[in-house]
Amino acid sequence: MVAIKEFVKKFGWPRIIIALFLLSLFVIAPFFGVRVDTSFNDVITRFGMNAIMVLSMVPMIQSGCGLNFGIPVGLIAGMIGAVVSLELNLAGFAGILMAFLIGIAIAAVFGFFYGLLLNRVKGDEMIIATYVGFSFVFFMNMMWLVLPFRNPASVQGFKGEGLRVTISVENYWFHQISNFLKIDISNYLTIPTGMILIFAVMSLIVWGFFKTKTGTAITAVGSNPDYARASGISIDKMRIISVMLSTMIAAVGMIVYEQSFGFIQMYNSPLAFSFPSVAAVLLGGASVNKASIGNVIIGTLLFQGILTMTPSVINSAINIDISEIIRIIVSNGMIVYALTRKGRR
Amino acid sequence: MGYKIILFIFKDEVNLLSMKDELLRLENVGKDFNGNQVLKDVSFTLEEGKILGLVGENGAGKSTLMNILFGMNVIAETGGYEGNIYLNGEKVEFDNPVEALNAGIGMVHQEFSLIPGFTVAENVLLNMEITKSSVISKILGKRLETVDLPKIRKSAASVIDTLGVQLGTDTLVSEVPVGYKQFIEIAREIRREKVKLIILDEPTAVLTESEAEILLKSMRRLADSGVSIIFISHRLREITSICDSIVVLRDGAVVVERPTKDVSVHQIAKWMVGRDVDKEENKAVKSFNTINKEDVIFETKNLWVDMPGEVVKDLSLKVYRGEILGIGGLAGQGKLGIPNGIMGLFEAGGEIYFENKPIPLNNTFEVLKNGLAFVSEDRRGVGLLLDEPIDWNIGFNAMQVHNRFIKSYLGGIIKWRDDKAMRKCAQDYIKALEIKCTGERQLARNLSGGNQQKVCLAKAFAMNPKLLFVSEPTRGIDVGAKELVLDALRKYNKENGTTIVIVSSELEELRSISDRVVVVCEGKVFGILPPDADATDFGLLMSGECQINEEGEKVWLR
Amino acid sequence: MNYDKRKMGRLLTGSAVPVLFLVISIIAIPLSQFSGIYLADQIVTRLVRNSFLVLSLLLPIMAGMGINFGMTLGAMAGQIGLIFINDWGVGGAWGLMLAALVSTPIAIVLGYFGGVVLNRAKGREMITSMMLGLFISGIYQFFLLYVCGSLINFKNPGMLLSRGYGVRNALNLATAKGFDNLWMIRIGSASEGVNIPLGTFMIIGLLCLFTFWFRKTKLGHDMRAVGLEMNVSDSAGINVEKTRIQSIVISTVLACYGQIIYLQNIGTLNTYNGADQAALFAAASLLVGGATVARATIPNAIIGTILFHLMFIVMPMAGKYITGQAMIGEYFRMFISYGVVTTALILHSWKRQKDKDMDRRMLRLDTGGKNNVK
Repeated sequence: MVAIKEFVKKFGWPRIIIALFLLSLFVIAPFFGVRVDTSFNDVITRFGMNAIMVLSMVPMIQSGCGLNFGIPVGLIAGMIGAVVSLELNLAGFAGILMAFLIGIAIAAVFGFFYGLLLNRVKGDEMIIATYVGFSFVFFMNMMWLVLPFRNPASVQGFKGEGLRVTISVENYWFHQISNFLKIDISNYLTIPTGMILIFAVMSLIVWGFFKTKTGTAITAVGSNPDYARASGISIDKMRIISVMLSTMIAAVGMIVYEQSFGFIQMYNSPLAFSFPSVAAVLLGGASVNKASIGNVIIGTLLFQGILTMTPSVINSAINIDISEIIRIIVSNGMIVYALTRKGRR
Repeated sequence: MGYKIILFIFKDEVNLLSMKDELLRLENVGKDFNGNQVLKDVSFTLEEGKILGLVGENGAGKSTLMNILFGMNVIAETGGYEGNIYLNGEKVEFDNPVEALNAGIGMVHQEFSLIPGFTVAENVLLNMEITKSSVISKILGKRLETVDLPKIRKSAASVIDTLGVQLGTDTLVSEVPVGYKQFIEIAREIRREKVKLIILDEPTAVLTESEAEILLKSMRRLADSGVSIIFISHRLREITSICDSIVVLRDGAVVVERPTKDVSVHQIAKWMVGRDVDKEENKAVKSFNTINKEDVIFETKNLWVDMPGEVVKDLSLKVYRGEILGIGGLAGQGKLGIPNGIMGLFEAGGEIYFENKPIPLNNTFEVLKNGLAFVSEDRRGVGLLLDEPIDWNIGFNAMQVHNRFIKSYLGGIIKWRDDKAMRKCAQDYIKALEIKCTGERQLARNLSGGNQQKVCLAKAFAMNPKLLFVSEPTRGIDVGAKELVLDALRKYNKENGTTIVIVSSELEELRSISDRVVVVCEGKVFGILPPDADATDFGLLMSGECQINEEGEKVWLR
Repeated sequence: MNYDKRKMGRLLTGSAVPVLFLVISIIAIPLSQFSGIYLADQIVTRLVRNSFLVLSLLLPIMAGMGINFGMTLGAMAGQIGLIFINDWGVGGAWGLMLAALVSTPIAIVLGYFGGVVLNRAKGREMITSMMLGLFISGIYQFFLLYVCGSLINFKNPGMLLSRGYGVRNALNLATAKGFDNLWMIRIGSASEGVNIPLGTFMIIGLLCLFTFWFRKTKLGHDMRAVGLEMNVSDSAGINVEKTRIQSIVISTVLACYGQIIYLQNIGTLNTYNGADQAALFAAASLLVGGATVARATIPNAIIGTILFHLMFIVMPMAGKYITGQAMIGEYFRMFISYGVVTTALILHSWKRQKDKDMDRRMLRLDTGGKNNVK
């Protein structure tokens, strides 16, 4: 009894409720004519598409910069990498590799300045990250129109005035990673091993990073900045490193998403990823200043599970499209819940 | 002769008269915090319109006594108190500050309880504003009455007048000089209609001599108008000049209660600090090390440190290799600022030399790298990672500064944390210091105060420092654990020859472990005494009555 | 001398942003090729629509809770009221009053909930109120999409979706121009002139008077105290938690009325997403008027609304004529809207850190620990 109480206290009721809800959806699915293997396929694919973006939350949470609502900064770096790679007309493996390289390089620069800004506003990181994300998206909206892109697949209109809203990567590197070592189980179920592998690699890098001297220092900064200062660590420097890391991972995550989705979504689309990514890591058990890779995996599975299963099952069951509303309520509710938990001391 | 007869006839009336004048009486008041007897058998009386001076070292029990009197929640939450308190002859027992306020007791705490963005008048009447009712307030409630600023200004002005000070009621508190902020709070307290007694907790601590003069004059005016005052201060001169009676607390008990007439500063100093002769024999008050005055391991010249509440102004000091140097002084006088400033936790200036080499100030990393270490007085805030396990807490500094517990790969580019080595190191220290825990992976948060302190010590030891600063090592630890911590320090000094500088408010502790004791007052070194020096001398240095110069002669300041 | 310098300094930083906006607008107006009369008419319209909403942000700022991004809760309450009134077929000014009556209790409940949540998130009120707004928006949409028309009967089937339940995406309000038409005057000719809905302006004027009066009440005074120094107010005996909740409740109710006024002027309701940008635009307007996250006055609100919307109207056309791209102006005005709020937030946080350092030097800390005797 005590053990169950401890478990409930540690995980919190919202998470347990959602996990049970998801489980029940899987159980009742067949009764409403929803194929379990299709569901499985969708959940795994969506996991692969989103997990890296959720992973990008971890460094900044660990260093005490809070939840990274400003993830659009990194996502845009990824988008830049993608369109420049298209501009250079590179296809296949070369294409996506170039996208990664450019995306990561630009993300490092963006992350550095973003980190400098966050260092000036300690205590209000989250609201400012949100608004910086918004402002940056709209600023780049203007840039997408004005920057000299030429590839006819990317630009819109006859005169090539600015980039299209959605750019297809069909002819370039569509499913480049998803198809890598893929396992076809049935007509309805294909495991995109490539995406799982790249997530595993990124997770390994993050895990390894936090096992180094610098990574350890960053964890201490997030755990107790005064302690870290008394150990001779430069808090500002550690925070900037964590912000740069988060931004670079986000850039990679964006490109992985795009190759699976088949399109590069421009303009306002990065905004759609902020709250879901934050909500996912919180759902997995993270708090505002502590997150682990386990949180990322559990959270993304649960969150994407809900997003996939709710439309298919409930819509079939009661003939109502309730998915969008559920997404809004779950993701935002989770974030509000996490924000009202007491801090560390 | 006739006078005496009249007095004899009217003896009872005279007694009644003096009892009628009695405002406050404490009888056998005591307080115990989890087995730690902080106050025992405290009794004294205070008459109407009189000023009582309350004197004592840190930890003597002054704050606890005032908390009991003022009904602070912490007292009720930890089991209440023993004894009785009588106000105007009636027994009272306050469960919260509001009850004390309603009974007529006001307290001006050490931290300023002011709103800088409000005017003086608004602060004086904070939450006691004079309001006018209106049609709406009659319907919707009292809280919607209009605040009457002109009346508020007038009321504030008249109260400030009674104190005899010049303060513009419309000035923003943020622009009022520090020396005058005191008066705003006092004004707030005495404005209450029923006020009978005001407790002033170290009001002159941040004031200059002239500002303190003004305050003392107002206090006298206040007392003469019928309000009694309990005045806590360590400036003994002020006590003798303004108080009608004096109570000296030592180790939680009243040592002296008497009128201040004919009491000298010397005597107060002795009462404050001195211990009974036979008790003194129990403490081992001898030097442990023979000091080689040629071997200066650390020196500081003209050190200043901007640590709020513990400002260091101009401090010069030499530390000899292998010694245990004690630094003592009253709270707020600057002793805690010394290690914090040297280690770079607060802004500092001046010069420091380690093994005759100058080291930059304001650079924590450099100082640590050179072989100094620090155990902070703020155990939970600065000393520990509460949400991390013991092995992290112990090994972290050593890892970051000296690259211990690191496996290097790729020619030093990748520095990998060696968890196994960290765990082993923690296990060794757990054994050596007898840290009570469920294992090296237990979170620091879940340890008791004493064991947390041992973890902090282990953290410093793991750095193999040549010079170790320890700040308030036994604060908040129960008696049994105290000795263990001090023993651990003695042992480390003996076995490794590490020089230890221990900063503490407990004079007895310093005298039992140090080879020399430095007394810090007003941010400077006022003197260095051997541990077995006369207690009175310590008292005089600590209250700033005199200094001891290089030749060991007393220099009188006041 | 010091006193004057501080006041001057504050005056300068306070007017920097409005002046900047004025300059941008002055440059952009001729480029947009709008006529002066057209602009005047537009500005009057925007003032009527938005100033009430902007004014609703004043009280939480005074109480130290920053920008109440949760004002969307109030806006949603107002919309629910209007939807029901529309269903019952009551139009005109009476309909609006009835809508206000119906939505007030909803606004109070939502405001109370918001206040309680924000009390549990002290120090991060702004991000929490923003997320709360999004969360309640989900519940609001659920309510309108599934409960209305099915569990709650609607008299007017024309308001529902074709499937039989759930409110339609866009509604024409029977109460359109209800307050405006109470007293409308027109300056200029029939073809080219400015409509000034004095009726609505009087209501807005009433709110200004209310705010002015409220500041002087004991409750308003307490809110200021709590906003300036929570701990000191607490030890002085002010009920901090209750005061904060009350500021949010009042703000939410005002936002509710503000949204009703906004919608009656527009005439149509965007059922599901109508309130989404309400907080952003209101906040941006207030900040453009020279307010900060810690201090906002009525002139800030009025001047800010005029300047912000001037820029908002003028930008798209100006952008089109300068660059030839239609969308650049649109994106630019969104960028400026968000950018203004971002800059204000950054400046506020920076100042907060500097103030904390200053305060540390002012306080005398009792390192002996008066309650620390364990």
